[in-house]
Amino acid sequence: MTTSDLDPAVPRSADPAVDADEARRARNRRIEAVARWALPLVVVILTVWGWHLFSNSTQTRGLIFPEPARVWGRFLADYPMLFGSLMVTLKITFLALGIAIIGGVLLAILFTQSRFAELVFFPYAVVLQVTPIVSIAPLIFIYVQDPLARVLICAWIVAFFPILSNTTLGLKSTDSNLRDLYAIYGATWWQTLLFLQLPSALPYFLGGLRIAGGLALIGAIVAEYVAGISGSGSGLAFRILEASYRLNYPRMFAALIMIAVVGVIIFAATSFLSWVFLRKWHESAIRRET
Amino acid sequence: MTDLSNRPILPIAQRPRLLEMTGVSKVFNSTVMALDGMNLTVNEGDFLSLLGPSGCGKSTALRLIAGLMRPTSGRIGWIGAHDRGDIGVVFQEPTLMPWATVARNVWLPFRLRGESFASVRDRVGTALELVGLENFRDAYPRELSGGMKMRVSIARAFVTNPRLILMDEPFAALDEITRQKLNDDLLALKAKIGCTVIFVTHSVFESVFLSDRIVVMAARPGRVVQELTVGAPYPRDMEFRTSPDYAAQTHVVSDALRRAMGDHSNDHL
Ligand SMILES: Nc1ncnc2c1ncn2[C@@H]1O[C@H](COP(=O)(O)OP(=O)(O)OP(=O)(O)O)[C@@H](O)[C@H]1O
Ligand SMILES: [Mg+2]
Repeated sequence: MTTSDLDPAVPRSADPAVDADEARRARNRRIEAVARWALPLVVVILTVWGWHLFSNSTQTRGLIFPEPARVWGRFLADYPMLFGSLMVTLKITFLALGIAIIGGVLLAILFTQSRFAELVFFPYAVVLQVTPIVSIAPLIFIYVQDPLARVLICAWIVAFFPILSNTTLGLKSTDSNLRDLYAIYGATWWQTLLFLQLPSALPYFLGGLRIAGGLALIGAIVAEYVAGISGSGSGLAFRILEASYRLNYPRMFAALIMIAVVGVIIFAATSFLSWVFLRKWHESAIRRET
Repeated sequence: MTDLSNRPILPIAQRPRLLEMTGVSKVFNSTVMALDGMNLTVNEGDFLSLLGPSGCGKSTALRLIAGLMRPTSGRIGWIGAHDRGDIGVVFQEPTLMPWATVARNVWLPFRLRGESFASVRDRVGTALELVGLENFRDAYPRELSGGMKMRVSIARAFVTNPRLILMDEPFAALDEITRQKLNDDLLALKAKIGCTVIFVTHSVFESVFLSDRIVVMAARPGRVVQELTVGAPYPRDMEFRTSPDYAAQTHVVSDALRRAMGDHSNDHL
């Protein structure tokens, strides 16, 4: 069977003739490559500058709205303490996220294997999801004594649902023809799960992970707020509360910005993870030439 | 060619039976009679087309033969022993796993039997060569055209060297040029391997070109109304496509199909 007349089986060497369209595309690519970093940077610089002007706009405003330089100074001075708190917050966030991933994926697998299990457990998952964490947290703090466990539970509750619901949806979205094919070839339950359902669910799972990462951080912060100054916590939220009682506004800002940066980093990391896993085959991760 | 045996194709009358459907009915939702008492004997080496209007139970028959569901009544039996490696399937859609490369998609039937990729690399390579995609083994399905995806699907069906290949309107979604090319290639592949093919199609022309047996079916309820044989010898090529013999055969089959659809006027289709 010859195919040379049908398939472009031999890739052609680079064509020297570049048309106007191609040149325009190349120019746009170069502009985008620069703008991608330059634009956000400019925005940040302008924001900090505006902030600086605002803080100094009246004689006393700087006292409660400290200028960037003072926040930075405080950050450097308090760095060892803030860094320790950052580690505490990160530990809780990632532990909660880890448990949410394991629990969410396992429960999703259970749901797709057993309609009965889904009918039994899904309502609880929904109730946990729709009840605001700030209203559940005080109860958890009454019943759970361990300071790490109580915060962890709060963070887990908010991070868990997006993983569960997305993964369940993904596991159920396998191509039915592929499932038939697996059945015809006598695939075992385990093979079907491993080679077919889990890969099909991967894009959905990663979408859930992106949401859950941010939520785990929020859960960890909220739990610490609920624990309050009396709690034995020492995460970033605790530092903010503590600093507010001491009217240490620069430190509040420093801790707040750290939390925001952590959130951004988590989002970037989960997005990167999606890209790594999906870039070869999934539409969402494929960049098109326009 | 590694591991793809060359079974001889006998004349229809001398072919041993491969499987048999007797009085097979399938009812969906206790109301829809998808198949009503279907009888069919498939012989070793047949290229058998199931031809009929939409909804006449062609896919249902195929799924029953594949063992994907059980008949409501009647029985389907293989003559002699068979195992899961004996069936290959091609659906209307290429049905590839988008996250796996071409070679890994073709590996699937082996993988599900617990055979490592390394141990069947050559067989996968041979199958891809047979469909002309040896240069695309590391491509992902999304990088291929519709026709090329279908070739991968065909390679996957043939790679285990099965005795029976089931194809459910595999080329219906392709353009005419690609379809003709794939028809040619399919015949060459079948001749090389000497397997049996059951081929579902809507197209009279396609069924006449490909098959030596055509089973015409009718809908509501789904049933077999006529069996025809196409006597023209293989290999069939472009010459056959333009021969008076081919024209005459399509005429006969068109008539049969028209009668199956309950239309007795003889002047249009
Ligand atoms: N899983 C199912 N549940 C309910 N009804 C079904 C199911 N599968 C098929 N049917 C019905 O059985 C009848 C035959 O369907 P089948 O898919 O076998 O037809 P077909 O000949 O393959 O049609 P087409 O050429 O359109 O693919 C149709 O009326 C269809 O609605
Ligand atoms: Mg069909």
